Amino acid sequence: MSIEVRGITKRFGDFVALDDFNVLLPSGQLTALLGPSGGGKSTLLRIIAGLDRADAGSVSIEGVDATGLPAQKRDVGFVFQHYAVFKHLTVAKNVAFGLEIRAHGGLRPPWAAQRRADRARIDRRVAELLELVHLSQFADRLPSQLSGGQRQRMALARALAVEPKVLLLDEPFGALDAKVRKELREWLRRLHDEVHVTTVFVTHDQEEALEVADEIVVINDGRVEQIGTPDRLYDEPANDFVMGFLGDVTRVNGQLVRPHDIDISRVPLLAGAVEGTVARLLRVGFEVRATVLTDDGEEVLVQLTRTHARAVGLEEGVTVWLTPVTGAATVPALPSMRSAG
Amino acid sequence: MTSVLTAPAVEPPAASPRGRRRARRSPRSAPRSTLTRGSALGLGIAMVWFSLLVLIPLTAVVATAGEGGWDRYLSVLRNDQTWAAVTLTVGQALLVTALNVVVGTVIAWVLVRDRFWGKAALDVVIDVPFALPTIVAGLVLLSLYGPNSPLGVHWAFTEHAVTLALAFVTLPFVVRTVQPVLEELEVDVEEAAASLGARRGTILRRILLPSLAPAIAAGAALSFARAISEYGSLVLLSGNRPYETEVVSVRVLTFIENGNTASAAALASVMLAIALVVIVALDLVQRRVARRG
Amino acid sequence: MVELSTPVRWGLRLLAIGYVFFLIAWPVGLVVKHTFTGGLGVLADTLTDESVAGALRLTAMVATWAVLINLVFGVTISVLLVRYEFPGKRVLSALIDLPLSVSPVVVGLALLLVYNGRTGWFGPTAEGAGLTVIFDSPGMVMATCFVALPLVIREVVPVLVEIGDDQEQAARSLGAGAVQTFRRITLPSIKWAVVYGVVLSLARSLGEFGAVKIVSGNITGRTQTATLLVEAKYQNFQQETAYATSFLLILVSIACLVVVAFLRPRAAR
Ligand SMILES: Nc1ncnc2c1ncn2[C@@H]1O[C@H](COP(=O)(O)OP(=O)(O)OP(=O)(O)O)[C@@H](O)[C@H]1O
Ligand SMILES: [Mg+2]
Repeated sequence: MSIEVRGITKRFGDFVALDDFNVLLPSGQLTALLGPSGGGKSTLLRIIAGLDRADAGSVSIEGVDATGLPAQKRDVGFVFQHYAVFKHLTVAKNVAFGLEIRAHGGLRPPWAAQRRADRARIDRRVAELLELVHLSQFADRLPSQLSGGQRQRMALARALAVEPKVLLLDEPFGALDAKVRKELREWLRRLHDEVHVTTVFVTHDQEEALEVADEIVVINDGRVEQIGTPDRLYDEPANDFVMGFLGDVTRVNGQLVRPHDIDISRVPLLAGAVEGTVARLLRVGFEVRATVLTDDGEEVLVQLTRTHARAVGLEEGVTVWLTPVTGAATVPALPSMRSAG
Repeated sequence: MTSVLTAPAVEPPAASPRGRRRARRSPRSAPRSTLTRGSALGLGIAMVWFSLLVLIPLTAVVATAGEGGWDRYLSVLRNDQTWAAVTLTVGQALLVTALNVVVGTVIAWVLVRDRFWGKAALDVVIDVPFALPTIVAGLVLLSLYGPNSPLGVHWAFTEHAVTLALAFVTLPFVVRTVQPVLEELEVDVEEAAASLGARRGTILRRILLPSLAPAIAAGAALSFARAISEYGSLVLLSGNRPYETEVVSVRVLTFIENGNTASAAALASVMLAIALVVIVALDLVQRRVARRG
Repeated sequence: MVELSTPVRWGLRLLAIGYVFFLIAWPVGLVVKHTFTGGLGVLADTLTDESVAGALRLTAMVATWAVLINLVFGVTISVLLVRYEFPGKRVLSALIDLPLSVSPVVVGLALLLVYNGRTGWFGPTAEGAGLTVIFDSPGMVMATCFVALPLVIREVVPVLVEIGDDQEQAARSLGAGAVQTFRRITLPSIKWAVVYGVVLSLARSLGEFGAVKIVSGNITGRTQTATLLVEAKYQNFQQETAYATSFLLILVSIACLVVVAFLRPRAAR
């Protein structure tokens, strides 16, 4: 296991941000920490990086107990939501920063022969990294002359330059617009396939997590709700919260189901089907969303393709029968459903 | 030139590089006027007043000084007493500026990063030298460092008195330029450096100081300009003893009182030139920062 | 955030507090104490002394005029610089700051060279028209205006830049004229910056010494302002009067500081 978090508790005054938190993150994987705002994702990441101290519990990184180590000695790369660029240094100098610190702590005099050797090595490595993040032609610019996406790629190169044991990203694309965001997350996935460093990134965008991550940790209120692969979380959510957070849900017959997992027909084919009338039909592109009012007074949302809707003969006011399809992910609905962020 | 308009706030925060370049070029390539009739009248009246008050009088100083040509400057500066005043003023101004760079930065740091009881009071007291009449500043210092000093020191009429007076009136400059910059520094930048392995000393030296350097330089320039032109606070405190505590301003005043306006103008124009150099230096620093964004 | 070790933190804190205490707080405190060592009587005597009362009245008059002129000039120039384009704008905005770095003595000399009644560039003409500038109040007002000139502008310009001209354009599109727009839209939003600039100008104007000394001629009872009086009394060994007058000036400047300290958060908003 690359990162082991055991029994971490973190309080801010009376407020408990993380409550006896445990998680194991395997080496070489890309893990997403997913959850609603204020759930404690950043706090966890900062504790792993050593930027904050936990009140109790331990963190170990690649088998080394890091609980008491300062951030400087943990060998983690950290990427911040708002880039945290060194404004007074060029792009190349930003990327070289960690390497220079490691080479001579900035203390060796400029004329020392060793320093010249270091210089050449560092320059090579910086060129490599700028190549990797496609910023080679911007090496001599100041960060203020880059776009947001470029700044974040530079920050990533800076973190990767020192070959950290793990790479931690706190909502790395949160400050970017939707399109750049989408490009960058695909790019991050490819980059990870190339570099293979253990990576943890925080997001509250479920689509981002489902698309990019090998594994997702769903965090809410300072606790783990579920850990698993994207497929597993989507298909077998552990509870109503996870189900609700990862996609649309609707409620039929006391069960939470995804709206596209409901079979709808004009005749009662299956035993246990729920009877209702179509109250509204809405066409959005290729899909049709039907709101069905059941006889027990439930309002059920059903999603189906246009072709399917036509085949069934759906129209407003007709009577229909609903059943969850076989193998659909369902979760028993609690009397008071928790809000899903 | 420094100007109220080159403050970084003017730069649009997210301007594209192309947009910014265009914006910068526009004033040079035949600026079009957007004045209406009313605003043109306002500008006209304001300019007449500004000329009568500032431009023409300062021109008069330079013109009067120029009448005697270079010889006038040389003969004024060659005078031993004047030269002593110039070296004293410049030397003390440099000394006090260096003091401000160190202490002013420390005070700004303490005001932003430290927390203790009475910090708000400290913050207000820093501004006292800005608000206090200079003559009163001299009197105030005299009460602690003069003949009846409760400290038992007697620095009135010595070079120390000049240092004290200049340190008093220039204290706020570095503090007030560095403080807002320090407040605005993003904490995550320091954290980024730490996670890359930089220790406290390294972060201070390679991240914090370079970010503060332009502000420190700007504060230093302001405090130097003020120190070199100070007059009021020195009147009671330094005793204006020739060769010992007489500064350039006092020298200019003596020339004026003796009716020797030509020499006064020559010396005054040297001071104006120094002020101008400082302003230009300040503007260069500000522009570099604006570019950094 | 860089956390300093406890001894270093304490060291810096002590340095900061100590420096400010020895340079500012203690000396100012001593002057206040001196004022009251003779009891409240000295203060009362001072206030009723005709030369002091006259000097205070003169100072108030000169400062009021200077602040009013700088207020009108400052707001006009600020609006022009931020909202309009015209040739020479950059040069003007650079020159506006110049008075801050000119020695008061040079200011006095400059005005003297232009406006003195015998040899000045404009002085004889002005006197011919019945206007004495030098050694009289107009000169003193001008000198005070000069030294406090940029203070209002430096406060107002950043606020005008910050608020942008959207609201003004909206008002124009709704049919408001230039004057109405200024009165009902622009002025309310720069109000606090203006007040702030006025308070700073007031403090500066009340305290001006060098420039006023040169252009006023320092004639007791006629052109002697409060600051000039402090110097004269101190040098005439009437130190108690000097201290008491200084105390009044300290009081006013601290009042200005307090007002500013209250206004600053509001102006920021
Ligand atoms: N320095 C602090 N002082 C007090 N409370 C804090 C502090 N930092 C975080 N918290 C609280 O701890 C909780 C968890 O915060 P955290 O930043 O970890 O949330 P998050 O999951 O990262 O949320 P987001 O998605 O909005 O970034 C929040 O309720 C927050 O208010
Ligand atoms: Mg967060």
